[in-house]
Amino acid sequence: MSQFAVPWREKPEPSHGFVSSFIVALAKGIYAIATPIVTRFPGSILLSAVVASCFLVWAHALLFSYVDTAVLERAAEVGAANPNAFGYFSPSTWGLPPSVIGTLLAGDAAVEGQSPGLLSYLLWPVQFGFTRDMIAFGAIFAWFNIVPVYVIWWERKVAGRIQSRLGPMRVGGWHGWAQSPADGIKLVLKEDFIPDAADSILFRAAPYFAIIPSALAFVALPFGVTYIFREVDVALVFILAMLGIEVMSVILGGWASNNKWSVYGGMREACQMVAYEIPMGMALLVPVVCVGSLSLKYIGEVQADGWFSWLAFRNPFAFVAFVTYFIASLASCKRAPFDLPEAESELVAGFLTEYSGFRWALFFFAEYAAMFVVGGLATIMFLGGWNSPIPSDWGAGLGESIWAKGLKGILFSGPIWFILKCVFFLFLQLWVRWTLPRIRLDQVLYACVQVLLPLTMVLLFGTTLWVWASESGNATWDVIASIVSKVLGIVGLAFGFGFVAIAGYGFYHRRRLVGNLVIDPLPGS
Amino acid sequence: MAETTFESTPDLLLDHDRVEQGDLQTEELLVNMGPQHPSTHGVLRIVLRTDGEMVLEAEPHIGYLHRCAEKIGESVQPYQYIPYTDRMDYIAGMNNNQAFAIAIERLCGVEVPERAKRIRVIMAELNRIASHLVALGTYGLDMGAFTPFTWCFREREMILDLFEAACGARLTYSYITVGGVHDDLPDGWVERCEEFLDFFEPKIVDYNNLLSFNHIFVKRTATVGVITAEDALAFGLTGAALRATGVRWDLRKVTPYDGYEDYDFDIPIGQDGGIDGVPRGVVTGDCWSRYYVRILEMTQSVRIMRQALKRLEEGPIEAKKVKGIKLPADEVYVEIENPRGQLGFYVQGDGSAIPARVKARGPSFCNLAITSHTCRDILLADVPAIIGSLDVVLGEVDR
Repeated sequence: MSQFAVPWREKPEPSHGFVSSFIVALAKGIYAIATPIVTRFPGSILLSAVVASCFLVWAHALLFSYVDTAVLERAAEVGAANPNAFGYFSPSTWGLPPSVIGTLLAGDAAVEGQSPGLLSYLLWPVQFGFTRDMIAFGAIFAWFNIVPVYVIWWERKVAGRIQSRLGPMRVGGWHGWAQSPADGIKLVLKEDFIPDAADSILFRAAPYFAIIPSALAFVALPFGVTYIFREVDVALVFILAMLGIEVMSVILGGWASNNKWSVYGGMREACQMVAYEIPMGMALLVPVVCVGSLSLKYIGEVQADGWFSWLAFRNPFAFVAFVTYFIASLASCKRAPFDLPEAESELVAGFLTEYSGFRWALFFFAEYAAMFVVGGLATIMFLGGWNSPIPSDWGAGLGESIWAKGLKGILFSGPIWFILKCVFFLFLQLWVRWTLPRIRLDQVLYACVQVLLPLTMVLLFGTTLWVWASESGNATWDVIASIVSKVLGIVGLAFGFGFVAIAGYGFYHRRRLVGNLVIDPLPGS
Repeated sequence: MAETTFESTPDLLLDHDRVEQGDLQTEELLVNMGPQHPSTHGVLRIVLRTDGEMVLEAEPHIGYLHRCAEKIGESVQPYQYIPYTDRMDYIAGMNNNQAFAIAIERLCGVEVPERAKRIRVIMAELNRIASHLVALGTYGLDMGAFTPFTWCFREREMILDLFEAACGARLTYSYITVGGVHDDLPDGWVERCEEFLDFFEPKIVDYNNLLSFNHIFVKRTATVGVITAEDALAFGLTGAALRATGVRWDLRKVTPYDGYEDYDFDIPIGQDGGIDGVPRGVVTGDCWSRYYVRILEMTQSVRIMRQALKRLEEGPIEAKKVKGIKLPADEVYVEIENPRGQLGFYVQGDGSAIPARVKARGPSFCNLAITSHTCRDILLADVPAIIGSLDVVLGEVDR
């Protein structure tokens, strides 16, 4: 450095440390490798990702069920003495019984006394609950991260299409697929800024009150009969409680920011919560009364007989409750038209005004994860959960072989259907957001307290009467009920086909809706 | 700037004998909305006195974008001042050019050729549509609807393409000059403009379906910020804000300029809901009326332009010997109908080429005056609704 060096000419010190440099290098590397590949084969990669996910789900289900069967068989063979106090085989046997390998490799014609091979060593940990928990935790954690990142990207694409523009197109090549991860990396690397006047501890804590409950909600959310991290008897109440805690983060963050706009946002959220929570809970009680259980697994299982057995089509009250719940769930996620806490045109950014960087990203993660959770609740409580619209007994002709079981698992029930339905609800939420203006606070209160609350009370009362009448065993009533159920199912089908038709019309005429002046600009311009 | 002062209101709550120390009570809060607030359309600053969500009083503070626009007019020649008029109301540059050009023409007695008048009308109406599109789109943003904004800007982009083809600029045109227009229209421009009008007219129906008749939007804007005709006249409101109160007043009809008397068009006014497709609950002079008057005006602009394009004939586009013209020792005040209201220019000459005095009467500035009168005892969410429905451009307010 020469003596003539002036401060503003000096090369600035890198302001980030090893970790952030590492993240940047990693991102750059992935970007450099993945971008050309994804840009060249986007369709094949998307398709193979979906197929691979289906295969993973299927293989994992098969594996678990066979280990279960083998363990039970072995337990029956050796009696209760050999398994240890926890119900597992003692490590001294060090591996699954030979019949397992035999079953896996040669079907039922397994040779007794065959020595355990490599596969048994690999499969041995699967019999322990802890191992399964770890696998399930990995899956849930990955899903919890993938959902917000790619729903945000998808939302931007959907918004772009609705607004006759393209949305993100650059980052990562193919349709800006890497836009969201890139935004995430940028947000993580930003300065962790806390205003001087803010309540530092609460300000730091608030995002965790958002992210942790929304992650915990996934614990009790069933993706399929066997795809539940923890089966809770009162799973519905648990998930509603988690969504309720998330509200605290908004109030906390709004208060701790020490900004008047933030306080407005927090108070609005408190106000809104009082208004929508009760109709939302009451609307969810309607299917609970129909089924008689708070366990989401049980509620899903009773809807296995195809489209007309789904709870939304059980009785007219449940059908209306479905719509009511969807409206209230929008308010629960702070989605438009109920996005009052962060109303941009009124409150700058509401409770998020002072947040930036990683903490801001945490709020967004929580919001999009919660969107998935409320969509999942709607799916399980009203739209058949993980069951396909085709009745499951239609698959009886496929037989009982391994492959048939796997195929049936994918076709007739399973996480794929659950995720598809959730994606449909996510799309509804995006569609509503990019179409409707925002409601005013007094109108939210009016709608929730004076319209939805009495309505859901009537629905709850009506459905109670309906269930009471159904259980009385009157033959005439059963005929009437089944006719009403069929009519509702057909109305639902009409809505479904209408939705597909509208979407198809829009897609088919996507160029005409914009007009040729955009595609063919003036020569002078 | 004077310190913000509010009349102290008697604190009735605390005087009540049932209120004791430590009881639950609410506090009034002074909130500073702007100048960097997303829905103040620029650098408007409004000081709100709020009680919870209620806004008790709102006081606009202006001047953040002051650029001595009028004083500059007193040191340059009129044709040099035309670009400065663009920068006043940058959303409607053509109309501003037109106002100042007409003022100088009246002062000096310049006769504008027929073709130039037609082109001026076409450009002014195109810019009126473009300006109303911005107003509608940003009003959608104020209401929390993002999509109308991009739809409106999609069509505005085509208008800007037409402007660019005609004069090379997309925002600050300086196209309408003293004595006519700056350039003739390029080949194919007229056909392209007609094509645009055919494309644009059905789009108005789209805006109506998406935003105007949306139930939430009507609920948000109907009966909000009602301005009576008396108030509007007393505060000097002009443009869509005045017409929405039911006063049929449009300078294109009242004191026609640039040949507006030749064209057949209507003046839409605001009316109560229930008839003519106006939704129930709408009151004359509320935010929805102001919004909808602009929608209707776009249709009328299309009508005027179709007539003007049909009557466009070959001929000169500029009067001779306008540059360096000496301004007589006289004064003139000309008002024209800007998209936002009446834009007036007062010009005083002293025999030299440079005006002795230039003064502008800005519609945004005058319309903004009613803010503190209207924003009383409303909800916080209504403040952007009212400000947005007045459609102010801060560049013109502050000048």
